[in-house]
Amino acid sequence: MNRLDVDALLDNPETRVLVCCGSGGVGKTTTAAALAVRAAERGRRAVVLTIDPARRLAQSLGLGELDNQPRRVDVEGFKGELHAMMLDMRRTFDDMVWQHAGRERAEQILANPFYQTISTSFSGTQEYMAMEKLGQLVERDEWDLVVVDTPPSRSALDFLDAPQRLSTVLDGKLIRMLSAPARAGGRGIRKIVGAGFGLFTKAVSTIVGGQLLHDASTFVQAFDSMFGGFRQRAQATYELLRSPGTGFLVVAAAEPDALREASYFVERLSAERMPLTGLVANRTHPVLAPLPAPGALAAADRLERTGDAPLAAAVLRVHADRVAVADREKRLLARFTRAHPGVPLIGVPALPTDVHDLDGLHEIGRRLAGE
Amino acid sequence: MNGWTDELTRARLHVVTGKGGTGKTTVAAALALALATGGRRVLLVEVENRQGIAQLFDRPPLPYSEERIASAPGGGEVRALAVDPEAALLEYLAMFYNLGFAGRTLKKMGAIEFATTLAPGLRDVLLTGKVKECVRRAGKTGRHEYDAVVLDAPPTGRVVRFLDVTRAMADLAKVGPIKGQSEGVVNLLHSGDTAVHLVALLEEMPVRETLDAVAELDAADLRPGAVFVNRVSPPRLPARSVASASEGRVDAGRIRAGLQAGGLDVEEEVLDGLVEQTVEHALRVRMEQRAKEKLAEADLPTVELPELTDGVDVAALYELAEVLVGRGVR
Repeated sequence: MNRLDVDALLDNPETRVLVCCGSGGVGKTTTAAALAVRAAERGRRAVVLTIDPARRLAQSLGLGELDNQPRRVDVEGFKGELHAMMLDMRRTFDDMVWQHAGRERAEQILANPFYQTISTSFSGTQEYMAMEKLGQLVERDEWDLVVVDTPPSRSALDFLDAPQRLSTVLDGKLIRMLSAPARAGGRGIRKIVGAGFGLFTKAVSTIVGGQLLHDASTFVQAFDSMFGGFRQRAQATYELLRSPGTGFLVVAAAEPDALREASYFVERLSAERMPLTGLVANRTHPVLAPLPAPGALAAADRLERTGDAPLAAAVLRVHADRVAVADREKRLLARFTRAHPGVPLIGVPALPTDVHDLDGLHEIGRRLAGE
Repeated sequence: MNGWTDELTRARLHVVTGKGGTGKTTVAAALALALATGGRRVLLVEVENRQGIAQLFDRPPLPYSEERIASAPGGGEVRALAVDPEAALLEYLAMFYNLGFAGRTLKKMGAIEFATTLAPGLRDVLLTGKVKECVRRAGKTGRHEYDAVVLDAPPTGRVVRFLDVTRAMADLAKVGPIKGQSEGVVNLLHSGDTAVHLVALLEEMPVRETLDAVAELDAADLRPGAVFVNRVSPPRLPARSVASASEGRVDAGRIRAGLQAGGLDVEEEVLDGLVEQTVEHALRVRMEQRAKEKLAEADLPTVELPELTDGVDVAALYELAEVLVGRGVR
């Protein structure tokens, strides 16, 4: 197995951006925060962008308030600095609109019901805004390492596709049609679709309501002016993700689903020629006592028959359970490694309790580094 | 509360939600098998384009049709359906308008994607509308085609928005066919025919999300069903040893003597490892106890499912279904 050397990665001044990705529930946010803590301990000026941290973890990083800006976390004994922020996607989107549209136009856009949908519940907006914020943090050039968490997407790949999806939807032919002046557009469309289109608009407006189509059309017209700027930024962020200073860490639990998703991710990153740094196999349960399970179980059986030493019997059962879990995890990780032999991997032994303070993050950082 | 209730037995639509990573799809599949046990026909539905059901049953991706996917003990069967919102919209339009080939052209132009991704709430109305149609559909004998429908729903963070069709419809058409259809959906989802089950793990975050979701469901006048506590592993330590062990107090000498009595003579290194594993186990048991107490605040019927150390395959689904049947699920 090719071991991932986290300290070498964090100590390398060329490492400027680390993106933690993976499916939901695998501990991405905690991993991202622990990496930033470890980097700061070791002398980097690090900032971590978290997406949706657990409340107590957020509080431990001083992220009580949602102001969409990084805050310095004061910790004694760190050689470097630690900053942390939590993404406010609506606010990030609003800021983008203010920046790219004129004042009057921006107000018009922000008030449109379509904008409300897109900026709060369109699937992909959170991913898009996370990437936008990442771009902004890198641009500010105040940190020498940016660690970013990615949203708990249905698919771990969504954030790569999000800017593209949003612009496909907003920039598609249908939108062109809706936003084109009625007369000119009408003719063109009739040519393409024939009478079906009349039926379609009728159907759509019956279903979604005429007002909605009207809102859609004004929204797109207002939005149109900003598209150039948006596309440019999305392109710049995409290039940043492909640049040599960026590394992707795929976080997975040693579970079939999470590893399947991780495999998929590894393949996709390679197809996009994005720099994959390694796999973090999170929350593993390595065996701490070198004692074969069959012998332990046989002894537990003997003890339970006599009832002499219930504690020792329980300790042996705990051990046998642990061996079974560890074997399964090893098997699953070996299968992943066979499929992706070139991907460095580090197993991070599970903490027996929940992590919600800096001490916990420090401990996970140590485990990430294999200490 | 422990086990399944009569009220839950009367439900025909079982919505299964949970925090990501809790095993929501696995529980939904096992529940479908359990409900089909004894000769009933059950439909298992997914709505998020993940093809999670196909992966779980080790099948190629499901098409947009109701495929037989498993037989249940006692002659029952489970069919599966992956609802695709675009296909649902086209199917829906075809019911009211004769679109012909124009449907395909519109699809190519991105019109359908536009309508299903952007129109606020339309996507969810289409998905829940399809589910309602399956629940209400009459079979050949005049009875319902399906005895029960199990929906693998979006995760807890999004499920109420997904199910709250009333709110979605406030933004959509005030009249017309979809209004009529969505009223049917609202009636079904808020009736005794529907139960929204929550899958939780005995960890802090999943428990908190479960409680939040219950409060949200209550506020939206949707009915929480059972809590499925997934992946429960057996406590090994004698109850009286848990507290001290979780504080790191384990009597290594006593363990050594006990092991010797059982015929095991271990080295210092092994003993240290065993003690450390025992402390971690005790910490986890304590955390699980706290999680259980917290979960009891929801005051819902609770069904525990065991941790399967060999992972989840088709055989494991049957095993879980059997556990569910044993807990009274029918």
